[in-house]
Amino acid sequence: MKELALHILDITQNSIRAGATEINISVDESPVTDLLTIIIKDNGKGMDEETCMKATDPWFTSRKTRKVGLGLPLLSMNASRAGGRLTLSSSPGTGTTVKATFRYNNIDRLPSGDIPGTIALLITSNPGINIIYNHMFNDNSWGLSTSEVKEALGDTPVTDLKVVRYLKEIIGENISELTNIKVKHDNY
Amino acid sequence: MGKLKSLADLKKIQEEARVKLDLRVKGDSPEGLVQIKVAMATCGIASGAKTVMDFLVDELDKRGIGAVVTQTGCMGYCYAEPTIEVQLPGQEPVVFGFVDLKRADEIIEKYIKSGELVEGIIPVNYEKIDE
Repeated sequence: MKELALHILDITQNSIRAGATEINISVDESPVTDLLTIIIKDNGKGMDEETCMKATDPWFTSRKTRKVGLGLPLLSMNASRAGGRLTLSSSPGTGTTVKATFRYNNIDRLPSGDIPGTIALLITSNPGINIIYNHMFNDNSWGLSTSEVKEALGDTPVTDLKVVRYLKEIIGENISELTNIKVKHDNY
Repeated sequence: MGKLKSLADLKKIQEEARVKLDLRVKGDSPEGLVQIKVAMATCGIASGAKTVMDFLVDELDKRGIGAVVTQTGCMGYCYAEPTIEVQLPGQEPVVFGFVDLKRADEIIEKYIKSGELVEGIIPVNYEKIDE
């Protein structure tokens, strides 16, 4: 994976396959403390302790279509490469939380990539799942959720192709606004 | 600085979409839409499925084709990623492999618009390769 956004897209598919009805995604950029944290929390079927231990093993997968499962191992690798780590917590019936940390300024930390587009795609192509997104930059935060989007859309289906583009713009502008607050501060 | 875009802006699409939906209901049912599924597991994403999906969403909208584009998991054709499944209204779904932007464009222009098959089709019986 070349971007953190692609990892988010990838790991969220696990939550979708685990039958989650609500997925909390958060990206916390904190240059001040040199830390970037990604948390993906779902209310899917969860894993028992044994499965949870095996989840970061590339030769383990719950799928029948192929013999490897690289999503979590790749994220784990990229996190530790950038001075961070991957933590998994899960219990059957309650859901799974995946947390990946990175040193914000580490040269091997992947760029965040197209987060607005990724969240927009996730929201519009999984209308049955409430996706809650939160973005933090130092002390500022912004977020939105599928249910808010649906409310704003009224009877227009979320799957309408135009929604993706609008959402992407909305998310993009708000995230860069968060980052701008920091820039102004720095100039001062 | 201008006003930030917010969810309230989505109301605009609501208007646009309503007009479109009216036309559609009169013309044909929602089943009259082209259904596209983009395989988006680790293998697909790593090979560029997101770029392909962005392209499809943008282009289908620009070219005025009524379609629903969704994500799906790994179909088992990891060697041929990115793969997409296209189902034209009332037809059997067809799976295309090695879909880059050039082929995605071809699929829209030839297959979706006029039903003409293009290269890269994964035959249905490949499903059983492991058995």
